[in-house]
Amino acid sequence: MSSVDARPGSAASVEKPRVAFWNDPEKRGYIFQAVLLAAVVYFVYSAADNALANLQKQKIASGFGFWNNTAGFDIGQRLIPYETTSTYGRAFWVGLLNTLLVAGVGIFFATILGFIIGIARLSKNWLVQKLATIYVEAIRNTPLLLQLLFWYNAVLKALPEVRDSLAIPGGLFLNTRGLFVPEPSFGPSFSWVLYALGAGILGYFGFSRWAKARQAATGQIAPLGLAALGLIVVFPVLVYFLAGSPLSFSVPELGRFNIRGGVQVYPEFVALVVGLTIYTAAFIAEAVRAGIQAVSKGQTEAAYALGLRPGPTLDLVVIPQAMRVIIPPLTSNYLNLTKNSSLAVAIGYPDLVQVFTGTVLNQTGQALEVVAITMLVYLTISLSTSLFMNWYNARKALVER
Amino acid sequence: MKKVLMSFAIGAAVVMTAGAASAQTTLEQVKKRGTLQCGSNTGLAGFGVPDAQGNWSGLDVDYCRAMAAAIFNDPTKVKFVPLSSKDRFTALQSGEVDVLVRNTTWTMSRDTSLGLEFGPVNYYDGQGFMVRKKLKIASAMELSGASVCTQQGTTTELNLADFFRANKLKYEVVTFATSDETIKAYDAGRCDAFTTDASGLYSERLRLTAPDDHIVLPEIISKEPLGPATRHGDNQWFDLVKWTHYVMLTAEELGVTKANADEMAKTSTNPDVKRLLGTEGNFGEAIGLTKDFGIQIIKHVGNYGESFERNVGAGSRLKVARGVNALWTKGGLQYAPPIR
Ligand SMILES: N[C@@H](CCC(=O)N[C@@H](CS)C(=O)NCC(=O)O)C(=O)O
Repeated sequence: MSSVDARPGSAASVEKPRVAFWNDPEKRGYIFQAVLLAAVVYFVYSAADNALANLQKQKIASGFGFWNNTAGFDIGQRLIPYETTSTYGRAFWVGLLNTLLVAGVGIFFATILGFIIGIARLSKNWLVQKLATIYVEAIRNTPLLLQLLFWYNAVLKALPEVRDSLAIPGGLFLNTRGLFVPEPSFGPSFSWVLYALGAGILGYFGFSRWAKARQAATGQIAPLGLAALGLIVVFPVLVYFLAGSPLSFSVPELGRFNIRGGVQVYPEFVALVVGLTIYTAAFIAEAVRAGIQAVSKGQTEAAYALGLRPGPTLDLVVIPQAMRVIIPPLTSNYLNLTKNSSLAVAIGYPDLVQVFTGTVLNQTGQALEVVAITMLVYLTISLSTSLFMNWYNARKALVER
Repeated sequence: MKKVLMSFAIGAAVVMTAGAASAQTTLEQVKKRGTLQCGSNTGLAGFGVPDAQGNWSGLDVDYCRAMAAAIFNDPTKVKFVPLSSKDRFTALQSGEVDVLVRNTTWTMSRDTSLGLEFGPVNYYDGQGFMVRKKLKIASAMELSGASVCTQQGTTTELNLADFFRANKLKYEVVTFATSDETIKAYDAGRCDAFTTDASGLYSERLRLTAPDDHIVLPEIISKEPLGPATRHGDNQWFDLVKWTHYVMLTAEELGVTKANADEMAKTSTNPDVKRLLGTEGNFGEAIGLTKDFGIQIIKHVGNYGESFERNVGAGSRLKVARGVNALWTKGGLQYAPPIR
């Protein structure tokens, strides 16, 4: 890289030899870049142009006009109002929200389960450690699709028919249609409870900051757990009763075919969440185990030597260091879970791929447009997850002094 | 860098020339390849289903075999490409198959905006429902509040929504990508009802663990004219597709069968029979075939009536009555324009 020194402005560039521009590696580099860029642009343009011309020649509809046309089909699980007469665009949003829901819930449970299993793999208890190992090996080494089909069929087979619904105390019903839970309806003064909760959380953060500063200065440890309980749980509950219990439930009722009222949790959703959680948790467990093992034993020994008990040692010494190793693979597992959720197709869960690249693509016949939109959506979800996790990782990274 | 540019140049060349390759007509491509690529069902008894050895049979399968017989004088020169409902049109549009004969309903939007051309209807059908006997339901109008399993990318999905909307009934739909998953979920009790074309109901019922525990409700809620589809723009190929069916219908009308075709060719004095069997005139030439393409179809596959009875009628497990699929001379809708 001798050319670096020859840059104008750098100290060594007083005597820059005059060469023809095609012999100047720097300029030549720019030319190559420009040619490549032009080639890529031309390639993309001509491919799109060619595709469009072919579509027109074959009399296949193109463009995004279909977005506002009437869909004409129904979707089982929907988080926003949707009817047969809604548009394809609306169907897209229904599918997308279903994808985000299953991904969000899946990530939540997979993280919890994954950390538990990962720590269990390092347990000193022989049985616990062996069980965790068997779990990880069995789950990681069988295809996810098979597991999903297994869970779906296992869930369905085990459930009673609607007429013989299993009544669970608390107004819940379980049958082949899914789980029916009481639907909460919030009174107007319920917002006070939310405000109280928000204030409690803020208060807790303020308190823990102060407690940390004090501990650093004086070594005194504040009862953080107790503070959390008081501020985040007891305080909002108190407000709830003061506001006159502004929350009621409409309990589901058994009808002829189905159950009326309440919120329905579909078996497809349950099977998908269970399948994705169990599968991804095995990978997360491995990341967690690797992360913990990456923290050298000396750290633990040093903590013990300072008189810390095993609990605080894990909390204060091992986990913060392990997190740095765990977060990058954790991110890719989150992304995998999100992408894997598109296997929903196989078990009839109406996610984005099922609704949009399935039914909408087929009914409109506009494969190019529909697939392009879907790819864009997954790209956006993946990139934003990565961005968030990178930010989180940067915060957790070792701050060298 | 050079390599990168090179591969771009090659890639661009591929995209550019893709148009030129398809300038060849479908018939030329089929002849050059030596086999007909036929888009088929993944497995629907009576219409298109492979046995354990991979031999396909069915009414739709016979359609493709008849085309192969017309082109190659050999009904085995067909490669069947199993396609799910939602993938079938993309496969046809992209040229993966030459013709799609897969219980596909002819609708206006499919005909006009998917770049397809629909040939003659080889089975007139309509959509129905199947439920468990123990629900004690006698009519689809009693399905209010029911959950219904169905397959995605079908007219079924749309008719279902229309039916419940028009009758102001509530329902819950569970949609699957393949017929296997749909029927399995219904069998497992996920849904109260299963819906598809009536023909499909009869053949899917045979796949249930206890077929006798289920009944098909009397209502037919839609028109499902099922027929072959080809790509828009190749008129000669489209003609070949159409006249394959018409030859089979004309043969039935004239009493020409697989067994007596050779005999009839020698002895018949009926000018209609002579034109059908190619002993008079040269009707095959205009569609790129030989003049005896008609007798080739009938000798190898039989006439429409024979194919119907063998695959879905009395000679099959489905035992479907001819009904509207009888010849027009017998009160049905099957009617072929004259060969002349
Ligand atoms: N005729 C309807 C429905 C055709 C259809 O796909 N029916 C299903 C249910 S009987 C089927 O054949 N599935 C078999 C498969 O996916 O291979 C259409 O053209 O949309």
